[in-house]
Amino acid sequence: MAAVLVYSEKVETARELVAGGKELGAALGLGVSAVALGPGAGAAASELAAAGADTVYVSEDAAFEGWPADAVAAGLAQIAELAGASVVLVGSTRRGKETAPRLAQKLGAGCVSDVNSLVAEGGDLVAGRYAFGGATVAREKLGTAVKVFAVMPKTFSAEGASAGAGAVETPTLDVSSSVKVVDRRAKEGEHVNLDAAPRIVGIGRGFNAREDLALGDQLAAALEAVVGCTKSLADFEWLGEDRIIGLSGAKTAPDLYLSVGVSGQIQHTVGVAGAKLIAAVNKDKEAPIFAMADYGIVGDLYEVVPALVERLKSV
Amino acid sequence: MDIVVCVKTNPDLQMVRVKDRVAVTEAVPYKIGDLEKNALQAAVDLRAAAGGKVTALCLAVGNRKAAEDVKVALAMGADEAVVIDDPALAAPDQAAVATALAAAVKKIGACDLLLFGEGSTDNYSGQVGARVAEILGLPQIGYARKVEAVGGAVRCERSMDDMLETLEAPLPAVVTVVSEINEPTIPGLMQIMKAKSKPLQVWSLADLGLDAAQLAPTREIVSNLAEEQDRKHILFDGSAAEQADAFVNALIKEGVLGR
Ligand SMILES: Cc1cc2nc3c(=O)[nH]c(=O)nc-3n(C[C@H](O)[C@H](O)[C@H](O)COP(=O)(O)OP(=O)(O)OC[C@H]3O[C@@H](n4cnc5c(N)ncnc54)[C@H](O)[C@@H]3O)c2cc1C
Ligand SMILES: Nc1ncnc2c1ncn2[C@@H]1O[C@H](COP(=O)(O)O)[C@@H](O)[C@H]1O
Repeated sequence: MAAVLVYSEKVETARELVAGGKELGAALGLGVSAVALGPGAGAAASELAAAGADTVYVSEDAAFEGWPADAVAAGLAQIAELAGASVVLVGSTRRGKETAPRLAQKLGAGCVSDVNSLVAEGGDLVAGRYAFGGATVAREKLGTAVKVFAVMPKTFSAEGASAGAGAVETPTLDVSSSVKVVDRRAKEGEHVNLDAAPRIVGIGRGFNAREDLALGDQLAAALEAVVGCTKSLADFEWLGEDRIIGLSGAKTAPDLYLSVGVSGQIQHTVGVAGAKLIAAVNKDKEAPIFAMADYGIVGDLYEVVPALVERLKSV
Repeated sequence: MDIVVCVKTNPDLQMVRVKDRVAVTEAVPYKIGDLEKNALQAAVDLRAAAGGKVTALCLAVGNRKAAEDVKVALAMGADEAVVIDDPALAAPDQAAVATALAAAVKKIGACDLLLFGEGSTDNYSGQVGARVAEILGLPQIGYARKVEAVGGAVRCERSMDDMLETLEAPLPAVVTVVSEINEPTIPGLMQIMKAKSKPLQVWSLADLGLDAAQLAPTREIVSNLAEEQDRKHILFDGSAAEQADAFVNALIKEGVLGR
């Protein structure tokens, strides 16, 4: 039976995609197979089967160490052929996103990346993704025989998935990478999860210096909120990448999003569109953030933030 | 080191307005994407260190003035520019863009390094660089935040999900860059004047030995609409303390605070 083939180097994401792929496959008359690549990857086979995979293709070939795009794309193309895949779902992590188009090009396939919704309609798949920096949502269909979708983590849920047969196949693949790893190390520092934060203070370039971010921390503490930021502050390395909100960062849905010194360009605000309330502090009353805010304070953050912290003491 | 930088000209998103849920791009000026400016700057910096030539390569999409807009790349320091402009390419998909760019790279000839943005400003699909790498059979390194030439290789640092990596690819290679790699310099009047005399060629698909049928889009955009947003748009006024007070009172009334 032709199949939906699922791959992500992140097992959690792969499980979600297997569960989602199984539902889509049922609508299209396709089974679902999963792929696990890299030394030690076989350990994930039972989890992928539990999420619904009928077949799990495992290759522990050393060329997949660190998941280089050229080797993974080549391996997936060979497995896609073995599995008779007409749909390939790849997790749209950075690694997945650099691999999926290379795979698509190999397969003569169309590809949609950063997919945040994927539904079966009239025997075909329709993928949703942001366009124009997040201003709009494009719904796209592919006209090629094989279709590749790079799907964002958490688009589907693996909760309550029914298990598949989980037959394990260990094909021999012809793969290699010409990219050499000089150094690879885990990132240090704390990890924040903005996705689930009920209140977020989002800070931007209105802060003049790194030391001044203490003001943002004080405001966040007074509101029992988590600090997020614009890409600009992460580019300065004032804050870590996992605090970025927006198109290339977290998509959040807090009860309250309070931005401070953020202009509100679309690539940022797309990450807070799901907030129940949006509020903003900005000294420029023409700042685009006010156009999408519920409450706006026009003023210098160096005066407004201390006033807010003071006022919050008596709540 | 001869470098080709692929640059796209997009509508300036800060000037795109949404009307009746549709993004209005008519009359919006086009400019080279921010990430491609980072890629250009990286190329200019590499040339300063390793010598060679920088070519800016642009496939015009939905914009008949691309040759004009690409002059910014020359002002930023590219030695020459090539624009692919053909009426058959009104709305190409990423496979078509990659096919045409790869053909142009072959025609340009000498190329040790191909630089791309991590994503284009309007699409941000991150597909084109990887597809070109596959077509040309080259190694690729995505999301570089540092690029340097070492011997016959390119060495890049990148941040991937939860890992930091330093990778090396033999030349020729494809590298895509992220915004933190550099702060692109804004060209001054002198550079803009000098750019006018730099070579700029415009090629059609026929010049590349391609025909339109090979580049027909395989993607259909079913719809492209803004999501509805319903916001209160209340702006406070008064002193910082007065506004803070009014805001906190509003949050209490909304049930966000004080329960
Ligand atoms: C492909 C692509 C993807 C991107 N992805 C993201 C993303 O995921 N997330 C993201 O955030 N950005 C992203 N960006 C960048 C985005 O376009 C903006 O550049 C960025 O969000 C702007 O950050 P900012 O608001 O901090 O800075 P600015 O735009 O410089 O705004 C600073 C604001 O602070 C105000 N201000 C200054 N001083 C004060 C003061 N004393 N008191 C009060 N207000 C003050 C100013 O009026 C201004 O409005 C992306 C860009 C591209 C091209
Ligand atoms: N029309 C184009 N002309 C030249 N380069 C392009 C074009 N489209 C995309 N690119 C390059 O490919 C990168 C990724 O684009 P995209 O796949 O659209 O996100 C961009 O940052 C550019 O470097």
